[in-house]
Amino acid sequence: MAYTKRLDKRKMDELRPIKAEVGVIPNADGSALFAFGKTVAIAAVYGPKPLHPQHLQESDRTKIRCEYNMLPFSVTERARPGPSRRSKEISEITANALASVVDLKRFPGTVIDVHIIILQANASTRCAGINAASMALAHAGVVMKEMVSSVSIGKIDDKIVTDITKEEEDYNEGEGATDIPITLTSNSQEIVHLQLDGKIPTDRFKEVLKAGKEACEKILDYQIRALKGEKIDETKPLKKV
Amino acid sequence: MKTEEQENNRKERKLVVPGEVIIEGDYLPGDFTRNESGKIIANRYGLAETTGKVVKIIPVSGVFEPRRGNTVIGRIEDITFNGWIIDIDGPYSAFLSLNECPRFIDRNELPNFAAVGDVLSLKIAGVKKGGIDLTLKSRGLGTLEGGRIIKVNPHKVPRVIGKEGSMINLIKDGTNTEITVGQNGYIWIKGSMDDEKRAEQAINLIVEESNHAGLTERIEEFLKNGGKE
Repeated sequence: MAYTKRLDKRKMDELRPIKAEVGVIPNADGSALFAFGKTVAIAAVYGPKPLHPQHLQESDRTKIRCEYNMLPFSVTERARPGPSRRSKEISEITANALASVVDLKRFPGTVIDVHIIILQANASTRCAGINAASMALAHAGVVMKEMVSSVSIGKIDDKIVTDITKEEEDYNEGEGATDIPITLTSNSQEIVHLQLDGKIPTDRFKEVLKAGKEACEKILDYQIRALKGEKIDETKPLKKV
Repeated sequence: MKTEEQENNRKERKLVVPGEVIIEGDYLPGDFTRNESGKIIANRYGLAETTGKVVKIIPVSGVFEPRRGNTVIGRIEDITFNGWIIDIDGPYSAFLSLNECPRFIDRNELPNFAAVGDVLSLKIAGVKKGGIDLTLKSRGLGTLEGGRIIKVNPHKVPRVIGKEGSMINLIKDGTNTEITVGQNGYIWIKGSMDDEKRAEQAINLIVEESNHAGLTERIEEFLKNGGKE
């Protein structure tokens, strides 16, 4: 059967219920929480601060150091704690995406540390992490020209869908599943991160970008509202047993 | 949160997010803003304020940004052959040279004047690329002994001090303590145990309620009631 209806009954371009909030970690210079449904990420930003050892310093710019970490209980099968091949890659792409909007020339030779923690995972964790990190950076008063927003677009069977879940990621009927996380800047709409896991014909890629742009606009609105002091929680409370 | 009325009494300020268009038209970009084809856009999270034609952003969060002439409180991090390296919780660590001390100190006696871990109040003599220079050559600077140190958001320091020191003097008189406020957010309080505690609570109250009107009255009340609201 073709993929006509999404597994969680959402529309093809609909996001999961969003949760967004800033200031969740009082001791950090800036912090934020961002969740797509059951995918929950928190981010903390420290700095700009002195960077040691000295040989890591970049004399003409601020370095952005990012650490993405999935907690052992965030997935169904316990994740081994500590950095993995996957988490190192995600840390690196997140740092690159964020560095493209931050004013790096302001405090040369310093470092901004960004810590992203995944509390609960149900696909699109890197996107939730980038969204939280972007909010945390702004919240920390870091000088940056604009925000970044991230979303994962999927091709499930032959349908282009927004914000895919783990169940959709594992869909293997018809043409199967393709996952394309995209990160866009808020004003200039530049793509600062794009990955592709699966297969997609080139002529359908435009549809993916269009869906990504639309979704990122919606996400940006949540990010801005949260930064202005709103506590956003669209997730339904758990039923009492 | 702020009420409508209080908001209107002040100069118009609104919270903005990086990349947000603050205002369109014939305006000039001030601190932390930029002009992109007639639109003034925010470069930072903070309160946007328009004075005449100039639009600027007043930061509300973030690390301390050192400027020449700031009084700061720092902790000795390390001792070198001709001075001290001091942590002032800014983007760079700061250096206090032996030449910047008000009296003669022998090169071999640096730790006797200030050892690692000691706390001093200092003045920023200059900020250069990749470093901050400090001085002790001004009134009221030197090692701080006894008392306690608290840390507040450096952007709230003007609120703690008040107009020409009105707020901090109120707390000093009200609690019978000695207080030194560093622009970097460190505040040193010395008095009896109970007085210190009350002063600390009063300062934390200011920081928490910094954007409410009638703060001075509330602090007066707080101090009069002996540390109860």
